[in-house]
Amino acid sequence: MDNFSDLLALSPPGWGGNLLMGLLHTVQIAAGAYGLGLLIGLMGALGKIHGGPVLRWGLEIYTTVIRAVPELVLILLLYYAGTDLLNALRESLGLERVDINGLWAGIYVIGLVQGAYSTEVFRGAFQAVPHGQVEAARAMGLRPLTVLRRITLPIMLPYALPGLSNLWLITTKDTALLAVVGFSELALETKQAAGATREYFMFYMVAGGLYLALTLVSSLGFGLLERRLRRGQPTQM
Amino acid sequence: MQWYWLPDYLPRFLEGILVTLELLGLSIFFGMALAIPIGLVQVTGPWPLAWAARLFCTVIRGTPLLIQIWLIYYGLGSLFPSIPGIRETMIWPLLREAFPYAVVAFSLSVAGYEGEVMRGAFRGVPRGELEAARAMGMSPFTVLRRIWLPRALQNVFPTLAGEFILTLKSTPLAATITVYEVYGIGSIVRQETYRIYEPLLFVALIYLLLTFVMVIGFRLLERRMPRRTA
Repeated sequence: MDNFSDLLALSPPGWGGNLLMGLLHTVQIAAGAYGLGLLIGLMGALGKIHGGPVLRWGLEIYTTVIRAVPELVLILLLYYAGTDLLNALRESLGLERVDINGLWAGIYVIGLVQGAYSTEVFRGAFQAVPHGQVEAARAMGLRPLTVLRRITLPIMLPYALPGLSNLWLITTKDTALLAVVGFSELALETKQAAGATREYFMFYMVAGGLYLALTLVSSLGFGLLERRLRRGQPTQM
Repeated sequence: MQWYWLPDYLPRFLEGILVTLELLGLSIFFGMALAIPIGLVQVTGPWPLAWAARLFCTVIRGTPLLIQIWLIYYGLGSLFPSIPGIRETMIWPLLREAFPYAVVAFSLSVAGYEGEVMRGAFRGVPRGELEAARAMGMSPFTVLRRIWLPRALQNVFPTLAGEFILTLKSTPLAATITVYEVYGIGSIVRQETYRIYEPLLFVALIYLLLTFVMVIGFRLLERRMPRRTA
């Protein structure tokens, strides 16, 4: 067995640098996808609560299908469908075909999947907002957007946060699936390092450790955030 | 959309569904067999055991399942042949197949997630019921078997049902270590027919149906459970 510190050295022939670059890509994709997912989720929840029948049905189909089909299948479907649609659009505009860059494709694919889950989280949290608060705000003459920004969102966030922190942890782990489609994030970099050196066990353990560190740091951050957002709420017994 | 390939591959998809269900059933069985003690020791066990169980749950829940599967299949799998004499043992034929590794990886994953669920479930059973059982002269094991475990399972059944559906949706990951379940068969079709969307859509449809059947099945089971109405 080779020396571990040689194999994990930051510069080639060591693989440490590749793993850290992979981790960076993982964090980038996860953060982008999470942001996109939150945006879709917020819109989706508002649409499900206030939208007309067509919008509500559309959103219902979106969240049900996405949550019933395995992520791996969705990632492949969305990836191919996304690139095809984009290229069809570009051709109709007289532009050249393009290959979508791995980072953006990953963000778009995982974000669309996470959007379905966060729609449900936000919907539950919106419904936990006491109706009287919204009525009071309306009676004060606030416009709908101002009600959302100043009343509904701040009251709703503490209810949504446990679900949202769970979703972030799921998002970071879902990015590993992109390795199957060939995006170079941590899982794929690890697979290549392990294959090249034949030190499978060691490299997968190291990758597991890096993912675990990411999870633990995130949980810590969400714990702090939750404490801050819960200021002024009655403490639970 | 072209579906000319479907009749040829339908029998293989049926085989794939069987593999998926087999993998799911075995993982839930072994996983729950591990999850119950893991949950229990975190509530009543001595601190080294409780601590080890807690660590196990954190590690399993904090790392991607894909990495766990690859670690067990490629990692452990590459270490086994170097153990002297192992090729003469009874388990060697098993160690050369991918399926047992998948079962081990998925069982450990189920054990980690459901161990956490069971911890809350055991803790949620009212103290008075356990005290009453003990006062009736039941031994600790009988209390567990007749009162504690059934009450705990009853309380978290909907949660467990949801978790098992998540497990179903993660079974395609087994295809990455050459276990040909539904998704794996779909990939074979894609390679042999050069169709991109149709096999994927068909695979998605199968998972939709499986999920649907599981949801209905669990709902029926749940309705059969005795539930005290306050």
